[in-house]
Amino acid sequence: MSYRSPLARARGLGSAREGAGHWWAQRLTAVALVPLCLWFATGLVGLVGADHAAVKAWVGMPINAALLVVLIVAVFHHAQLGLQVVIEDYVHSEGLKIAGIMIGKFAAILLGLAGVFAVLKISFGG
Amino acid sequence: MTTRDRPLSPHLQIYRWQWTMLLSIVHRMTGVALAFGTLLLVWWLVAAAAGPEAFARVQAVMGHWFGRLVLFGFTWALFYHLANGIRHLFWDAGRGYDLPTGYASAWLVVLASLVLTGLAWLAGYGII
Repeated sequence: MSYRSPLARARGLGSAREGAGHWWAQRLTAVALVPLCLWFATGLVGLVGADHAAVKAWVGMPINAALLVVLIVAVFHHAQLGLQVVIEDYVHSEGLKIAGIMIGKFAAILLGLAGVFAVLKISFGG
Repeated sequence: MTTRDRPLSPHLQIYRWQWTMLLSIVHRMTGVALAFGTLLLVWWLVAAAAGPEAFARVQAVMGHWFGRLVLFGFTWALFYHLANGIRHLFWDAGRGYDLPTGYASAWLVVLASLVLTGLAWLAGYGII
């Protein structure tokens, strides 16, 4: 027994009009981050005590650079989605809530782009 | 629209304390901490791209005992959020909801986070 109209059920968007998009993106990035984080943690352990040249060489290797870019995009997408949920749950003033969510998203884009740019610069031999 | 006096769910203080509740809130706390911790990741990458002087500054800060303490906390937060995140993915798939499994997976998450943190740091110091 469902109280939804057939059209509403087919669209599956619910009252917030975005359906399970947020939920799904959070899970998708979570699944991607399981192997990526384990790979990155292993890589970092191997870089303990490494000098600047060695770190640049590691980051600049094509496979590492590609995985780092994917890691950065997944991390910041996942982080801003998670921060949004936390802010929506605990910040009840409408203005502060919207400001908080916006700051979270802007910061994620800015930091994510800075990280990707750094990886590409190292990778292309800057 | 007028809001009627609808029944409220019991307040947090009414519930009997169970330590799986602690795991739940720590998942959020580690998530927020890791989000702020990404500043370190970006700083490290940008400094490596900027040059030897900038990179030496990062190395000095992260090599300091306090920097190492923060990195140690970051490592544990990462592995905890990772392990408990996998626990959440099993729930999303509709598995592991019964109480014994819920408690067992909680123990497993705490154990895994401590073991992985220990392994990473022992390997980092070249002990294993």
